[in-house]
Amino acid sequence: MVTKAYLNFEQVGMSFRRGTLATEVLRDIDLRIDEGEYVSIIGHSGCGKSTLLNIVGGLLKSTTGEVFLEGQVVDAPGPDRAIVFQNHSLLPWLTVYGNVRIAVDKVFGRAKSASARHDWVMHKLELVQMAQHKDKRPHEISGGMKQRVGIARALAMQPKVLLMDEPFGALDALTRAHLQDSVMDIHAKLGNTVMMITHDVDEAVLLSDRIVMMTNGPSATIGDVLAVGLPRPRRRLELATDAEYTRCRAAVMEFLYARHKLPSRAA
Amino acid sequence: MPSIVQALKHKQATEAEAGAIHEAEVVALPVRRPPLVERFGPMLADLAGRLAPPLIVLTLVLVVWELLCAQAGSRLPPPSKVLTDAWDFIVDPFYDNGGIDKGAFWHIAKSLSRVAIGFTLAAIVGIALGVLVGQSTWAMRGLDPIFQVLRTIPPLAWLPLSLAGFRDAQPSAIFVIFITSIWPVIINTSVGVRNIPQDYRNVAAVIRLSWYEFFWKITLPATVPYIFTGLRIGVGLSWLAIVAAEMLIGGVGIGFFIWDAWNSSRISDIIVALVYIGLVGFLLDRLIAALGHVVSHGTSAS
Repeated sequence: MVTKAYLNFEQVGMSFRRGTLATEVLRDIDLRIDEGEYVSIIGHSGCGKSTLLNIVGGLLKSTTGEVFLEGQVVDAPGPDRAIVFQNHSLLPWLTVYGNVRIAVDKVFGRAKSASARHDWVMHKLELVQMAQHKDKRPHEISGGMKQRVGIARALAMQPKVLLMDEPFGALDALTRAHLQDSVMDIHAKLGNTVMMITHDVDEAVLLSDRIVMMTNGPSATIGDVLAVGLPRPRRRLELATDAEYTRCRAAVMEFLYARHKLPSRAA
Repeated sequence: MPSIVQALKHKQATEAEAGAIHEAEVVALPVRRPPLVERFGPMLADLAGRLAPPLIVLTLVLVVWELLCAQAGSRLPPPSKVLTDAWDFIVDPFYDNGGIDKGAFWHIAKSLSRVAIGFTLAAIVGIALGVLVGQSTWAMRGLDPIFQVLRTIPPLAWLPLSLAGFRDAQPSAIFVIFITSIWPVIINTSVGVRNIPQDYRNVAAVIRLSWYEFFWKITLPATVPYIFTGLRIGVGLSWLAIVAAEMLIGGVGIGFFIWDAWNSSRISDIIVALVYIGLVGFLLDRLIAALGHVVSHGTSAS
């Protein structure tokens, strides 16, 4: 029996055309992601990871191939594929609460009453531990807190797939670790399907069920897919000496730095 | 030894685990209340530090002016003479002897009412046109060259045309205000709309805002700081224009008051009126800036 993939990439390719010059960024991307799976896409900068995520998000249209979500072609942005943006993208004139509420009002405006929407927003803010800061504006909170709100906003849309574009890239190491733990915790509770872009090997191994490794661009494609056989819940301190963790980490490092070393020109 | 390392590891692990679930609790430390003098002393010193320089400079300017104009036969009155000549005008701004023989308050109020109408119209039309030009490339290409030429026309050059069109002083003066203050509003608003970050557009796309919702929930709030920059420039220009326009159209208004005072050689009244005009212009600017600060929740500079 062939199980139908939840999120399915079929021969996805992307070219950008500038004048008469076309640059092929992505080529022949085939990938199946199951419901509840946490998949990371890793690769050197410029390999088209973010482009791939934007295609799933509907912000870009692939030039060849299609992405299917539950059998439906993805061709426009929508709340069923909520995105956590790298630079949080909060609206500065709204409070923490308002930034989540605007999405909830739009997505559940008909389905839920006003008080139910309020409870829904507060529940998501509690999930990312931001409930006590609900009345602050984005410029009054730290980078890590902003990203928590970005995650709460995305979760509040109850997406089929949560798309995260280097969500921890702009944070310091300590904040990043803290937030990664939160994301693992939330994933364990809600069982979302997650597709995360990253360039951090440890982050990929720690969080993912599978790691998709991209070859270098132009014309980047999937080089290899690594299944991370670590049981959940995972504890970062215990993993440091774990054999499977070390093996996965070594495999990704080997892929990135030996087989697909970034050409020196772009270092 | 190994047991200590293990214990330490275990402690770190449990701490990290706990940290993942709970934010650190904020413990409020008791605040020692310093005595009154200690708290207000620095505040007073700061206030004195801010107020002293402008007061000293103002005094110096007045002294130099007094010295320059004190000798007999000087063409302009010294400050002391301005004060005595214009004393009635200064102490009673609310008198009304009918016609144009009114106190300073009535003249300024009349001028302000013209500015209020003309500037409000300019703000409404200017923001609407600015949004149009900012959002539509076609509208920008079509309208921008016209705007760029029209905005260089001096305010008073519009007055004869508007008198010909309206055949009445009052609407003509308002039109001059309108046409003078609209350009910075249009231009700044359109720049603001064009500079809406792609991030906000992406967010709006993901939650599927309609164009109508996008306008009210993203375009306007994101453009507010730019709009208020335009409004501040606009209100300054309209105050500049009204004084000149009123000199020509006559009637009640601080502009014609100055012209009338010149015709009756009341130089001291002119000087007092100039001070009033400057102060009102300053207050108008502060008012719009404060309004912008409130509307934009502190994200626009004041």
